[in-house]
Amino acid sequence: MTVLVDKNSKIIIQGFTGKMGSFHADEMIKYGSNVVGGVTPGKGGSKHLDLPVFNTVKDAVNETGADASILFVPPAFAADSAMEAADAGIKICVAIVDGIPSHDMIKIKRYMRRYTKSSKMTLVGPNCAGIISPGKSMLGIMPGHIYKEGKVGIISRSGTLGYEAAQQLKNLNIGVSTSVGIGGDPINGSSFRDIIEKFETDDETDAILMIGEIGGPQEVAAGEFAKENMKKPVIAYIAGLTAPKGRVMGHAGAIVSAYGESAIEKVEILKECGITISKNPSVMGDTVKSVLEKM
Amino acid sequence: MDIHEYQAKKILSNFGVTIPRGGIVYSPENAENKAREIGGSRWVVKAQIHSGARGKAGGIIVCNTPLEVAQATDKLLGKKLVTNQTGPEGKIVNRIYIEEATDIEKELYLGLVFDRSSESIMVVASTEGGMSVEEISKEKPETIIRSKIEVAVGMQNFQARELAFGLGIEPDLIRRASDTIIGCYKAFSELDATMVEVNPLVISKQKQILALDCKMSFDNNAMFRRSQVSELRDKTQEDSKEIFASDRGLNYVSLDGNIGNIINGAGLAMASMDMIKLAGGAPANFLDVGGGATPEKIVKAFKLVTMDEKVKVILVNIFAGINRCDWVAEGIVDALKKIEIKVPLVIRLAGTNVEKGNKILKESKINYIEANTLEDAANKAVAALNK
Repeated sequence: MTVLVDKNSKIIIQGFTGKMGSFHADEMIKYGSNVVGGVTPGKGGSKHLDLPVFNTVKDAVNETGADASILFVPPAFAADSAMEAADAGIKICVAIVDGIPSHDMIKIKRYMRRYTKSSKMTLVGPNCAGIISPGKSMLGIMPGHIYKEGKVGIISRSGTLGYEAAQQLKNLNIGVSTSVGIGGDPINGSSFRDIIEKFETDDETDAILMIGEIGGPQEVAAGEFAKENMKKPVIAYIAGLTAPKGRVMGHAGAIVSAYGESAIEKVEILKECGITISKNPSVMGDTVKSVLEKM
Repeated sequence: MDIHEYQAKKILSNFGVTIPRGGIVYSPENAENKAREIGGSRWVVKAQIHSGARGKAGGIIVCNTPLEVAQATDKLLGKKLVTNQTGPEGKIVNRIYIEEATDIEKELYLGLVFDRSSESIMVVASTEGGMSVEEISKEKPETIIRSKIEVAVGMQNFQARELAFGLGIEPDLIRRASDTIIGCYKAFSELDATMVEVNPLVISKQKQILALDCKMSFDNNAMFRRSQVSELRDKTQEDSKEIFASDRGLNYVSLDGNIGNIINGAGLAMASMDMIKLAGGAPANFLDVGGGATPEKIVKAFKLVTMDEKVKVILVNIFAGINRCDWVAEGIVDALKKIEIKVPLVIRLAGTNVEKGNKILKESKINYIEANTLEDAANKAVAALNK
């Protein structure tokens, strides 16, 4: 299996006919992703990029059998679109958009409690780069060519820092099974813990690189989960050593407001959980390499 | 986004929270009249800045006559107040809030925040009002009571009652206290707040429950649907460079060091700052031009970083994805035609078409130092500083 997406994933684009939606749909198709159509309310029945456009996600799912979606809708409408996808039976939805209010994110997550675990959609993002399984499928906005096929799973809050890691690995001839950008917002669809759990059961992944940052409890929660439940090695880098307390560092979620949320504190706690720390961002690749060599 | 105390109080009073009588003034004459209008025999003159701990910084003055109110207002207006939250540069006082003095019997703490673990709204209360919540957690952690609110259904009466009884409030006042707590919750949930803090929440000798001081912050991402809240923004309380940045769609935080940064992506920006520190330098700013790093954003970023007189070296670190390095390089070259850079410039490009990008930079005859990796970039920036 592959984490979250593979060659068979049938992808629809929500906000298909907009500028962003069109551009990235085209990029995903060029990469080889199986894009089967898109949704723009009011434009159903037309064609865009030679693919069918639907009014609703339900129509798209009924007609194409789509099971994956990616959102390129403005922040004000994003929560609605994500819930529409969940209700239509989409299994994995990536929200790229930056700027969704936190109250809306909570609303989405509460809404999804109506579904049983097996029928519940996995939401990734918002404010993220998306998902790529190199050589198989890209459900995101990353530059696909920097990812070499391989056995390291990457989870990153930041888009560009995730790219940096993929590039460092590629330079060392190390490939990636799946890379997941979970986004920089305080409340997101999938946490570090949610994704490392998926990597643990993925037979195409040997080790996991987790790229966190200041703010929030998620990195520590993932570390504690790994300590109790994981056999695969986890390597982590935490950005924001120099970030001042109480200031938002670009990502809405990157703010130190409680104990355990600064980079130094997170690193200490993760070490205690048995996680290998990449001591700075320029050695993420080297650190993964040394862990793989010991396996 | 933060707002002033008097604005937060006005909002809470709209949600049924009792506040002392008061009014905002901009001059000593106003202040004297306002004190007479409010009535009573004692007043509190409160400097309105976006910071707590104003009392210790001399920003809160108790007065016994309207004339004293005018004098205190005169003393505070236009002054820069330095508190332990403002940084050494302080914040300017442009507005004064005059309030009737309250006879305090008991001071309590009430705060509401997002709890990121449970993804719900958390109410935190303590009998030790007047201290900061950090001080309470350190010195009197046993007095803290918490209640997680299920946002789908909102705060229930029993939850407010439990908190009120937990604070040791006498039975006759429980109803009033519960209404106050629920009012704060409603303000938080209905206005897209990220923080509501009433500290102290007081019980007066006349058995009133009053919000004596209040802070509120709001979710910037929700301002599109909260026009009445966004109107409360007071730019005089923000760093001028940060306003310049936010008006231009850049994420910027002013810092104390001297290496200016222009980076795409918040995570990469924090990582680059970390590398600068490890190399022995200190960043002058955090600046994220956005994942795309469009030429327009690059021009704006250079303008912003060169506004900062502390900056002795500029480090540009762009990881180009779908926006290619050649395109980013053209943006940089173009920006440097419009803006003169007087300090050493280190540029590191990575990602798509990096060779093409570096070639464009080299052939452009701009004066810069090329770097290849994150580490190389940080080392070269620090070395350029020491030359």
